[in-house]
Amino acid sequence: MKIASQKSVAEMNLRTPYVKLSFWGKVWRDITSNPILYLMFLPVVIYYILFCYKPMYGALIAFMDYVPGLEFWENDWIWFDNFTRFFNDRNFWRLIKNTLVISLSSIIFSFPAPIILALLLNELKSKAYSRVVQTISYMPHFISMVVVCSLIREFTKNTGVITQILGVFGFPQVTMLGEPKYFVPLYVISGIWQEVGYGSIIYLAALTGISSELYEAARIDGANKWQQTLNVTLPGIVPTIMTMLIMRMGNMMNVGYEKIMLLYNSQIYDTSDVISTYVYRIGMLQSDFGYSTAIGLFNSVINLIILLIANKISYMATETGLW
Amino acid sequence: MANKNKIKTTAGEKIFDTFNVVFMLFIMIICLYPMLHVLFASFSNGVELMKHQGLLLWPAGFSTEAYTAVARNAMIPRGYMVTLFVVFVGTTLNIIMSCLGAYFLARNDQAIGKAAMIFIVITMFFSGGMIPGYLNVRSLGLFDSIWALIFPVALNTFNMIILKTNFMSIPASLEESAKLDGAGHGTILFKIFVPLSKATLAVLVLYYGVAHWNSWFNAMMYIQNRELYPLQLILREILIVNDTSNMTAGNAVDVEQVSDTIKYAVVIVTTLPILAIYPFLQKYFVKGVMVGAVKG
Repeated sequence: MKIASQKSVAEMNLRTPYVKLSFWGKVWRDITSNPILYLMFLPVVIYYILFCYKPMYGALIAFMDYVPGLEFWENDWIWFDNFTRFFNDRNFWRLIKNTLVISLSSIIFSFPAPIILALLLNELKSKAYSRVVQTISYMPHFISMVVVCSLIREFTKNTGVITQILGVFGFPQVTMLGEPKYFVPLYVISGIWQEVGYGSIIYLAALTGISSELYEAARIDGANKWQQTLNVTLPGIVPTIMTMLIMRMGNMMNVGYEKIMLLYNSQIYDTSDVISTYVYRIGMLQSDFGYSTAIGLFNSVINLIILLIANKISYMATETGLW
Repeated sequence: MANKNKIKTTAGEKIFDTFNVVFMLFIMIICLYPMLHVLFASFSNGVELMKHQGLLLWPAGFSTEAYTAVARNAMIPRGYMVTLFVVFVGTTLNIIMSCLGAYFLARNDQAIGKAAMIFIVITMFFSGGMIPGYLNVRSLGLFDSIWALIFPVALNTFNMIILKTNFMSIPASLEESAKLDGAGHGTILFKIFVPLSKATLAVLVLYYGVAHWNSWFNAMMYIQNRELYPLQLILREILIVNDTSNMTAGNAVDVEQVSDTIKYAVVIVTTLPILAIYPFLQKYFVKGVMVGAVKG
């Protein structure tokens, strides 16, 4: 066996001297035979090195007593001190709690909303009407976060239109974003408003992929509309739902800081301050770069772990995963 | 029996269909009304608007005062120029970079192909974070330059993969025959691949363009010079930081009354361009979103 393979290699070597190339040897052969192709790819590689990998390397300051102004390697290594400092930070549990509460309520309430909208749109008899509903429901997605948040602030002030309308039902006329208890509902509901239409696109696309024969078969078996939805439609879009859910889970600890930063104020930190907003305040407002980076790094590692677990569970449960 | 059952379900279905149509109408109103409210409020008279209670179904005391105030303000036109520059230059760079990246990644004849894909996908799940990114922009000498709004977001991995998937669906025979005719990689990419991917590229132009138009956080991190403030950052000052004082120069008495209508007018002026464009590209969304969902 061994001899045979050696022999064949020797034979091939007679024909061409470059057969048993190492990986980098092959890469070099590709580059020299297609220089233009690699030249075209070079800007992309440079981008990733400069703007993705260089900052990852820069994240090493999480393990340093970083002093701005010093050369990178001149800073003292303090290893995990920044991390233990975070675990002992008096805000630690508040940040973890808020991040999880906001994230889980978004998953529970915002995640199913586009699925339900897609199912309902799919049942509309008039395709033209369905298209109009779709176009209009996409609109909030295109409004900038700054504008959306300023509208939320305006409408929920004590004299705002939403507060006034709720006042009809005996709701207190207060500035809602001044009270900790209203933050999460406002965040989640406005999130649904922003993304329900746009989020439904992918499910609508998945719905059109379900074969009409399956519906016919179900009808012949005497299934009514509701049973068809439960037994044909839903199973048909489960792979899409699972893929979207894993991706969402992977971002569990990444609560959108842009939106929170535009909505919150120090009065409601108790329910609205999350890890990423804290990273911003520590880093940009207090210029404690090493500590801020450590908190961010802790957050990304937790995220990655959750993503891997979610992917594993999804594989075991439905045989769909990200990879 | 079967027949009776059938009639019963259609009755149920009819109720459901009616409910569904009405419910969708409700969804549309919910999605539309906030912007309509802003539109009506922006054309309202400041004093009348303050007195108004509840839903606004028409401008309260018609007035274009707010728009003249916006037009007089120097910051908004300048912000518009900055944003337009970032949108045009940024999106052009985005599209070129995405094409170059997608072209390479779409080939499966290169030994490094798989490694290159891993090199790129890693960045989707892991990043240096906010502060290392900020220090990086400083160390590259981009801080307080308009390029800080363009280079760090020169490419979006997700969008590039959408394009890569599209390129892979182009029949290899087209490339083969072009090669026989002596076409190089540049010609194949820009004369064959790009024209065949117009729909996907339209989606990417929209994704990138909207992202640039709506972005404010990078500008807040990387820009200090107020002359380089993009529209969204100026908006944030006016709307969130509540800095309406420099909008109504000198006219102290009217400040409080005008400010609300000005806020709304600013929103309309900065948001309408996007809202006017997206419906025309809607037919391409499905394609973009679908391809994007296919794992890299």
